[in-house]
Amino acid sequence: MIRVVLPAHLRTLAHVNREVKLEVKGQVTQRSVLDALEASYPMLRGTIRDHVTQQRRPFLRFFACEQDLSLDPPDAALPEAVGSGTEPFIIIGAIAGG
Amino acid sequence: MSKVRVLVGTKKGAFVLTSDGKRQKWEVGGPHFAGWEIYHIKGSPADPNRLYASQTSGWFGQIIQRSDDGGKTWIQPGTPPGEPTTTPQGMPKGESNKFVYDASAETGKPLTTHQWYDGTQHPWEFKRVWHLEPSLGDPNTVYAGVEDAALFRSSDGGKSWHELAGLRGHGTGPRWQPGAGGMCLHTILVDPANSKRMFVAISAAGAFRTDDGGKTWRPINRGLRSQFIPDPNAEVGHCVHRIALHRSRPNVLFMQKHWDVMRSDDGGDSWREVSGNLPTDFGFVIDVHAHEPETIYVVPIKSDSEHYPLEGKLRVYRSRTGGNEWEALTSGLPQHDCYVNVLRDAMAVDSLDSCGIYFGTTGGQVYASADAGGNWAPIVEHLPAVLSVEVQTLS
Repeated sequence: MIRVVLPAHLRTLAHVNREVKLEVKGQVTQRSVLDALEASYPMLRGTIRDHVTQQRRPFLRFFACEQDLSLDPPDAALPEAVGSGTEPFIIIGAIAGG
Repeated sequence: MSKVRVLVGTKKGAFVLTSDGKRQKWEVGGPHFAGWEIYHIKGSPADPNRLYASQTSGWFGQIIQRSDDGGKTWIQPGTPPGEPTTTPQGMPKGESNKFVYDASAETGKPLTTHQWYDGTQHPWEFKRVWHLEPSLGDPNTVYAGVEDAALFRSSDGGKSWHELAGLRGHGTGPRWQPGAGGMCLHTILVDPANSKRMFVAISAAGAFRTDDGGKTWRPINRGLRSQFIPDPNAEVGHCVHRIALHRSRPNVLFMQKHWDVMRSDDGGDSWREVSGNLPTDFGFVIDVHAHEPETIYVVPIKSDSEHYPLEGKLRVYRSRTGGNEWEALTSGLPQHDCYVNVLRDAMAVDSLDSCGIYFGTTGGQVYASADAGGNWAPIVEHLPAVLSVEVQTLS
């Protein structure tokens, strides 16, 4: 199972209190994890990636295993520890604005 | 006994303020959607318990919320809690947040660019919903005015949205340009006497009208004069801040433009200035008394670079003559050291016998007058900056 940590506002939208667990088929990538997340929690569609372009929203970042993966290609494999569920895939709101 | 429900959108959540018909004691509900910008909340005239809210965030984008019980509980209409998260065909839901510009061949003129600040053409990019206007007769039909400027309609209670692309496609779109607040469609008025006729306003493009239910549109800006536009008769490019009408006379429109208060007596075909003796004719809001179609209200603001009242005095101005002759209404409003703004969607009226007037400020106050502006008192004083105020009169 893949573990995903959401920022607080998205946990509220998705009606979850803690990290979520997802079944991801095939290679574990940003795209496949986010596809699985949105399939389970469709109210999150458009909040992490743009509805049309599927690009990461500018003020969100992706982290795992103490690495910033935000700029990695969406189809690049995520670290093995994410695939095994040892480490979570973390979606975090940038510290921006006021 | 009648009740009043005031729907307040702020920079950090929504609030629902309720009172009986006396409008002296108020209950404050909220915040709903805490931490999110609530650009607008509005109730359906056909079903007052049906509310729509635009919840938005620079981080997470656009969410549409709907309440079917007067604001006690809310759902995202595309994905109500407890319902399956996919369609029977296995397709994910969540479409209620999806606003996709129509670029189909069916529109005749797929349009993908508008004028940018440097004069080049720029692609349309969806940012947020500024205004939600429920249909006068059908609770499941609602219009959304969005940034970058376009008009969308939902006829399934907010579950899905489709652009009325004739507005962007009628020909002037490539000359529209963002104002300082973005290129937003912020005003939607449905003619109560003719459901095929609607008016919209866009900053900084101007006002537009359809007479066929949104299929075709044309600019209605003749008579507007805007500083720094070389052509005094420019068809578009005017920074209209707000338009209001009285339901008994939908051909008479009142406009607060960037500068100038304007009036049209022919459904927007022509405009004339009615700023009269206002101390400054810059401002954002304008509204009409519920029972006196010639009584209108504005809140003059010092200038386009100083977004606060003149001399630190918060004054509502009322004209009982449809413009030109204005009186200052000050009783109960701060008359020194007040430097708040009143944004374009932040004034509304109720329809009780003694018409109530309401407005919210960027300082977080919501003021109410139960006597048509004669005396004012704050309902609440310390909300986040108020973006919008709407009022429902409930029997």
